[in-house]
Amino acid sequence: MNSLLNNKLTGKKGDTVALLILAAVLIVIFPLIFDIFRLNLVGKYLSLAFAAIGLVMCWGYGGILSLGQGVFWGLGGYAMAAFLKLEAAHNIAAEAGTDQIKALSTVGLPDFMDWNQITELPYIWYPFKSFPLTLLMMIGLPGIVAFIIGNAMFRRRVSGVYFAIITQALCWIMEILFVTRQGWTGGINGITDLRTCLGWDIRSQSAQYTLYFLTVVLILAVIIIGKIVLRTKLGQLLIATRDMEDRVRFSGYDVASIKIFIFTFAAIVSAIGGAMFVFNVGFMSPKLVTIEPSIYMVIFCALGGRNSMIGAVYGTLLVSFGRTFFSEEFPALWMILMGAVFILVTLAFPRGVAGIVEDYGPALCRKLKLPFFNDNKVNSAE
Amino acid sequence: MSLKNYILEISDLTVSFDGFKAVNKVALYVEQGSIHVVIGPNGAGKTTLLDLICGKTRPTSGKIEFMGHDITHLPEQKIVKVGVGRKFQTPSIYPTLTVFENLEVSYPRGRSVFGALTFKRDKKVISRIHEIAETIFLKDLLDVPGELLSHGQKQWLEIGMLLIADPKLLLLDEPVAGMSVEERSQTSKLLNKICKERSVLIIEHDMNFVREIAHTVTVLHQGSVLAEGPMEFVEKNEKVIEVYLGA
Repeated sequence: MNSLLNNKLTGKKGDTVALLILAAVLIVIFPLIFDIFRLNLVGKYLSLAFAAIGLVMCWGYGGILSLGQGVFWGLGGYAMAAFLKLEAAHNIAAEAGTDQIKALSTVGLPDFMDWNQITELPYIWYPFKSFPLTLLMMIGLPGIVAFIIGNAMFRRRVSGVYFAIITQALCWIMEILFVTRQGWTGGINGITDLRTCLGWDIRSQSAQYTLYFLTVVLILAVIIIGKIVLRTKLGQLLIATRDMEDRVRFSGYDVASIKIFIFTFAAIVSAIGGAMFVFNVGFMSPKLVTIEPSIYMVIFCALGGRNSMIGAVYGTLLVSFGRTFFSEEFPALWMILMGAVFILVTLAFPRGVAGIVEDYGPALCRKLKLPFFNDNKVNSAE
Repeated sequence: MSLKNYILEISDLTVSFDGFKAVNKVALYVEQGSIHVVIGPNGAGKTTLLDLICGKTRPTSGKIEFMGHDITHLPEQKIVKVGVGRKFQTPSIYPTLTVFENLEVSYPRGRSVFGALTFKRDKKVISRIHEIAETIFLKDLLDVPGELLSHGQKQWLEIGMLLIADPKLLLLDEPVAGMSVEERSQTSKLLNKICKERSVLIIEHDMNFVREIAHTVTVLHQGSVLAEGPMEFVEKNEKVIEVYLGA
């Protein structure tokens, strides 16, 4: 009963207020209280939040638990890193001029290719010569992979735990692929030493500020687009499919296509985060597309509340800061402490941070006479 | 072919689960505009029969024709689109959505991904939902989430979710199970009203209810048809009394 009423409380007005608060925290409060080092850290965490937002869409709404969101996130990241690496290689070549020894590398080729005796740019790297094409690849590559996997799985009605296990395996495949094809991907080191984007030094302080704000703007944009999508009939259908799949199927819907859509959409959202990560951090590594980060993404989403995209952002920040804090303060114990927090939160607040806000927010607002949560009007009133 | 106007023609339908024939060479004809009830003891294959018609289970052999079209191997959603609606035994409604939203999701427009994204709740949709809600006695409960309805109301809601798509044939699996006497008589009124424009195939255990509504009754036993005809006729059949109705 309680949970039902709360569904209503997150109506349009409550949503907008929550979004404005998130925007204020990210745009005003964080830049004021953090130095550039910490702010850059927040930018890095926010890049991960994209994957958590994607999980809210496909897991929280559609009921599709993906334990491989890091794969799509990573594909977006690798695409962007490939572009930046080519640019770095060209810069090195330009600085070295005719002095081949100074260049330490085949001219215009990323250093790791040279170490792997590759003397010509592989064809799959060609699109990353152009920035627009890179943007297209950054969205298209994970989108197509998700579409193919979605088609293969959902058309065969693979769902639930089985699907989760397959996505998990996907992480492993991706890691092995990217580690072993080192001539193409930089292997275990990943793609490192990224410096400029279209001539703009991404490592300078001012660039780090700009990139932080760009990440914030993109994350807010993704949340707004997500809200628009989830507020259509498709959003209702996702909830319906999650709760009663057969009823949807026997109401004349092709359930598989609904699932494929949201899974692909979530993958693309994640990929944008991966690309922003590369900008904020300056490298991409296969360590980030293994199983562990993907599990963390699910934890972000669960802790934030898997039905709330805004909650997913807070969830990501809380877990990531918690990780940093615990590992700095209690280096020997931090894993155990983090685990204990997860267990406690899941037991006490199964709907995560968003659930806490929904449970106690209205009462608090009433007490403080704030008008935020009075939006109890139901949409069918006409 | 047939003298009467049949909306559903099932011939020689068999489904075998690892050698066990849940439905065995069943022939069943449903007349246009009639209420056809299937009765029989537990395990007679009644629910399996409905599963076969709506495509949830695929037959081993046999043929299902709906309004002259072979629907035996169509995908589930296409069977719905040609006009067959299926209600499940346990009320299958969307618990977190309101009655209004439950009906809206079932509205037969915007069934593709793109269609659902661009679906607009216009006047036509709203008035149709109000109309259906009135028919299924839920017009005052439009804003109530599905999970708060009583068991009987959930049954009605699911019937309403089918009606909104305007099917030509309704398959109802125990529609009055768990209903109060009052709700039961309302349901029989509802069914009599809706069968004017469509046919209804019902599985039911409640004999009084069957007597009240059935035009034709088919008795299934161990996957095969034991008897068929009007209730007065079937009730007197000795084999039916022996295996099902009791002395």
